[in-house]
Amino acid sequence: MSSIYDTYEPVIGIEVHVQLGTKSKAYCGDATAYGASPNTQVSPISLGHPGTLPVFNKDVMNYAVKLGIACDCTIRERNEFARKNYFYADLPKGYQITQDTTPICTGGFIRIKDALGKDKNINLTRIHMEEDSGKSIHDIDPFNTLVDLNRAGIPLLEIVSEPEIKNGEEAYSYLSEIRKLVRYLEISDGNMEEGSLRADLNISVRKKGTTKFGTKVEVKNMNSFRNVQKAIDFEIIRQIDLIEGGTPIFQETRTFDAAKNCTIGLRTKEDAHDYRYFPEPDLVPVMVTPSYISEVRETMPPLPYELFKKYTAELGLSEYDAFVLTDSKAFALYFEEVIKHTTNYKGATNLLIGPVKSWLNEQSVEIEEFPIAPAALASIQTLVDEEKISISTATQKLFPALLENPAADAAALCEQNNWIQQGDSDQLGAWVDQALAAYPEKIEEYRAGKKGLIGLFMGEVMKYSRGSADPKKASALLREKLDA
Amino acid sequence: MEISKEQIKHLAHLSRLELSEAEIDAMQGDMSKILDFVAQVEKLDLEGVEPLTQMSKSVNVMRQDEVANMISKEDALKNAPDANSDYFRVSKFGKKV
Repeated sequence: MSSIYDTYEPVIGIEVHVQLGTKSKAYCGDATAYGASPNTQVSPISLGHPGTLPVFNKDVMNYAVKLGIACDCTIRERNEFARKNYFYADLPKGYQITQDTTPICTGGFIRIKDALGKDKNINLTRIHMEEDSGKSIHDIDPFNTLVDLNRAGIPLLEIVSEPEIKNGEEAYSYLSEIRKLVRYLEISDGNMEEGSLRADLNISVRKKGTTKFGTKVEVKNMNSFRNVQKAIDFEIIRQIDLIEGGTPIFQETRTFDAAKNCTIGLRTKEDAHDYRYFPEPDLVPVMVTPSYISEVRETMPPLPYELFKKYTAELGLSEYDAFVLTDSKAFALYFEEVIKHTTNYKGATNLLIGPVKSWLNEQSVEIEEFPIAPAALASIQTLVDEEKISISTATQKLFPALLENPAADAAALCEQNNWIQQGDSDQLGAWVDQALAAYPEKIEEYRAGKKGLIGLFMGEVMKYSRGSADPKKASALLREKLDA
Repeated sequence: MEISKEQIKHLAHLSRLELSEAEIDAMQGDMSKILDFVAQVEKLDLEGVEPLTQMSKSVNVMRQDEVANMISKEDALKNAPDANSDYFRVSKFGKKV
């Protein structure tokens, strides 16, 4: 059934600010540690004292180029800085150093999954380098606003998308992919709760089939991807309801209220933004040469979408498996090591997504702290593939034993504990005969149709073999003899 | 080139300056003169001339990503018009949006 909502098309663009993980700030040597006590990571430059001059941190350019390469952007050779002027207590200079007409990256795209799980590219308008402001604290002192300038001058990359996002799920996927990318590139911790990844939304709706954009509303202050998704879903319905009710949308900034799951209008601005951008005279241009870009390209880590493609197209894994394996870089790199020692990719994946991930979750640690080496994990799979142990022995006995003693040799552990299953047909035959001889009357019942009795005989075989019989072969042999 | 009183007021507001009517009048005169002076550039033939954004020709003056030259919190706060032991203190203003 189609509803009135289906006759509208949401148009959503996202501006993401990524706080870079450099040791020092963008234009001065202040430290950038998160959570330091207030105003202890400052200098005359970040405090905006007169007579100070900024000097650009070369790693900021490096990180921007890495992200540009990862997103297939065009990278600008001559980069200039600009001043964005506005008056605010946590901006001591009275302007933010940013890039206006010469963003370091233009074009490019982020690969996401749409609401139906299909591949979609969200095109980027630009990525530019800039600096963060300080922090104003409104709720400690009832009569004053307090200002902490530790954050002032920390480098940011602002990633601006084209308005091509259609719903909350796409926005969620878009932000997840950006976070994954910056973590793979090791340019930011991408932690939204700590503010190292922030998203501002521009949302409008229009009747399907029309080309003119509706009035856009800006939504800010979401501290999780889920809240971004909820804010969008709420805002789309709110705007359509207003239009259908005959109330025009007016341009405003709204904030997301996580407790009530809705967006709330903030005071409308008296003035439109008037930032009076002009070229920053204190910083000389930064040239990003083609040879520099090639050098950076050489040092690029594998990227999540490259590994995803390899796992699905070359290794034949499902999209789900590939998605889980590539979720974090360390996890994917661990898998990369494992598959140097086994070609059973699906088996190795099952071990990683199954027992390994469960253990990590139970311990709430990351793969970096997983004690079993990739080669040893691969040897578990090899023992299964060689039919020396069953998969249940592998996951329920050998895996825990290796966790206890990560340095041990997997095959030796199996020998010591008598876990190697007997696949030798003479030996198996002897146990099968023994099992059958113990219950002659049950053989008759089996042959009369009580096929479930196979379990009884299997139990006997396992008893005589002390659990070492290869269950697949033993049951085949039993059937062969019983059905003869 | 005439600059309007409204434009002066707008600029003053952006800089959070409070100007008296007399100051606005004076500012209007000064600003108009400045604009007239700068407007002389428009007489030049600038066809094909790139805007000058830098006086020097140097590029790529950059520093290594290293922590250096920080000052203590006490030094940071000592010149502030108002501060407590940890923070700069300013009058309450609306939250930034």
